[in-house]
Amino acid sequence: MSDAQTATSTDGNGGSAIQMIGVHKWYGQFHVLKDINLAVDRKEKIVVCGPSGSGKSTLIRCINRLEEHQRGQIIVEDIELTNDLKKIDEIRREVGMVFQHFNLFPHLSVLDNLTLAPIWVRKMPKDEAEDVAMKFLTRVKIPEQATKFPGQLSGGQQQRVAIARSLCMNPKIMLFDEPTSALDPEMIKEVLDVMVDLAEEGMTMIVVTHEMGFANRVADRVIFMDGGEVIEQADPETFFNNPQSERTKLFLSQILSH
Amino acid sequence: MTDATPTFERSPDLPPPASTVGVVGWLRQNLFSTWYNTLLTILALWIVWEAVPPVISWAFLTADWAGTSRDDCTSGGACWVFIKEWFGQFIYGRYPIEERWRINFGSIILIVCAATLFFPRFPYKLWVSLFLIFVYPIVAFFLFSGDAFGLEWVETPLWGGLFLTLVIAIVGCVFALPIGIVLALGRRSDMPAVRAVCVAFIELWRGVPLITVLFMASVMFPLFVPEGLTFDKLLRALIGIMLFQAAYLAEVIRGGLQAIPRGQYEGAQALGLSYWKMMILIILPQALKLVIPGIVNSFIALLKDTTLVLIIGLFDFLGMIQAAGTNPDWLGFAVEGYVFAAFVFWVLCFGISRYSLHLERKLHTGH
Repeated sequence: MSDAQTATSTDGNGGSAIQMIGVHKWYGQFHVLKDINLAVDRKEKIVVCGPSGSGKSTLIRCINRLEEHQRGQIIVEDIELTNDLKKIDEIRREVGMVFQHFNLFPHLSVLDNLTLAPIWVRKMPKDEAEDVAMKFLTRVKIPEQATKFPGQLSGGQQQRVAIARSLCMNPKIMLFDEPTSALDPEMIKEVLDVMVDLAEEGMTMIVVTHEMGFANRVADRVIFMDGGEVIEQADPETFFNNPQSERTKLFLSQILSH
Repeated sequence: MTDATPTFERSPDLPPPASTVGVVGWLRQNLFSTWYNTLLTILALWIVWEAVPPVISWAFLTADWAGTSRDDCTSGGACWVFIKEWFGQFIYGRYPIEERWRINFGSIILIVCAATLFFPRFPYKLWVSLFLIFVYPIVAFFLFSGDAFGLEWVETPLWGGLFLTLVIAIVGCVFALPIGIVLALGRRSDMPAVRAVCVAFIELWRGVPLITVLFMASVMFPLFVPEGLTFDKLLRALIGIMLFQAAYLAEVIRGGLQAIPRGQYEGAQALGLSYWKMMILIILPQALKLVIPGIVNSFIALLKDTTLVLIIGLFDFLGMIQAAGTNPDWLGFAVEGYVFAAFVFWVLCFGISRYSLHLERKLHTGH
């Protein structure tokens, strides 16, 4: 475990998309993240799994500063996260995020949801932003829903809109925080398909998910977290067939038993 | 075997008993279902019988409509001649009669501009809105008070009637809303100093009755400013009412802000929106939509509270009616005046209320 961690943290250089060095976070007294060391290469796909409350969501939310870390360094695309609001905004422009509950803006049409950030953050002309939006809506296979409001779409469609919304900002890194956990079973596949396509195009991705089939197919590395620590990380084949730690074995037996 | 079975003819359905359907059935079910319901129904009918015919008789059947003085009111019913004779004063106050066209003209501009905003297909809405917010108040100010464009100066003590009521209510609402929004955001700010200032402001203004605010504005304020420096009394009252209303609106809007899920903030932040862009584009449109009933409630309350300006010597709509009622030539017609005032206020408030319902329906996006 320590070998894997030091290996990933020491080979971190200018080529890494994300570097987390000795990151700690507390919620009051509760120690959520304990000494996280993680380097993510460009175009690498990482799946983070672990029991609920293990800190996996907090980990990726620290990367775009939705949560603040209290100790250690986080460097994203060669910009270090500090309290400097300009740098936080700079990083958020480069990092897209997809949430468990979609977080689409219900008062705006699907098209306006997609064009809002390009127009107001990237200062893109409206026509161009709409072209880009339609391109990504076509890519997630729902261009015909452009004029509807989010409340009129199914969960799977909403999540695909959310993915398209992030892609419209042309991010270098995509974070997924349990993107399929709030979906009905028959809609999970349509969202995972979009994510697989995205992975195949070479997007740097960190995905918090319990979809082990997806992890097996797409991930370059699977990270297992428990109690705020990275317990184990390995390529999917090693991870699933030959887990090292007891906690990983227990977790895998629980989620793969049916 | 089938031959042995006796055949039965289904007889046609009888109609339901008259006591369960139609008017009779409805009455039985809703008004006479139990002995105490019956008693209440009879009591209510008796009250209606006793109260309504005299009111109708007073207001319409035996009322006097024609004439020019109290001598024409002889029939014993309502004397609407009183309202007719004083109508101009009720609307314009003591504004000079030959200058009243200025108020009419200003009102028409406002109504025409506002009306264009109701047409969904009207293409220049943005420009009209900007005109109404930034240009119109200045134009209206010079139009009503004069001393510009070659218009005669009409000092504000002459302003009055429904005109003054609407000036106070509209200025109060329109300027209080942005101040209220800023206060609401400030109260939820992460910066302790900003939060403290907003909390103090809101609690101070909300804790004082409007009458006190008006007294402070008219009587005490001049004591604190240097000699020779005078502000118009109406302006002082307007500022007081505006800040008072802003404190109330701030709390209403804060309620809406609290109802917006955290995910909306996070969704906006993750896209790289700055605080103000997030608030203006994402959070406030949703929060304000949620609190339309509360905002409209405050506006209606303010419209009626404007009648309090009478105590600092401004003659608003109700003030003019009261003043007319004490005119020696027209003593004894206060009831007609108050009924008229109640009717006009009701029409205005009901109109605002219906418009807010329409707005809520229009902004609903099905979630």
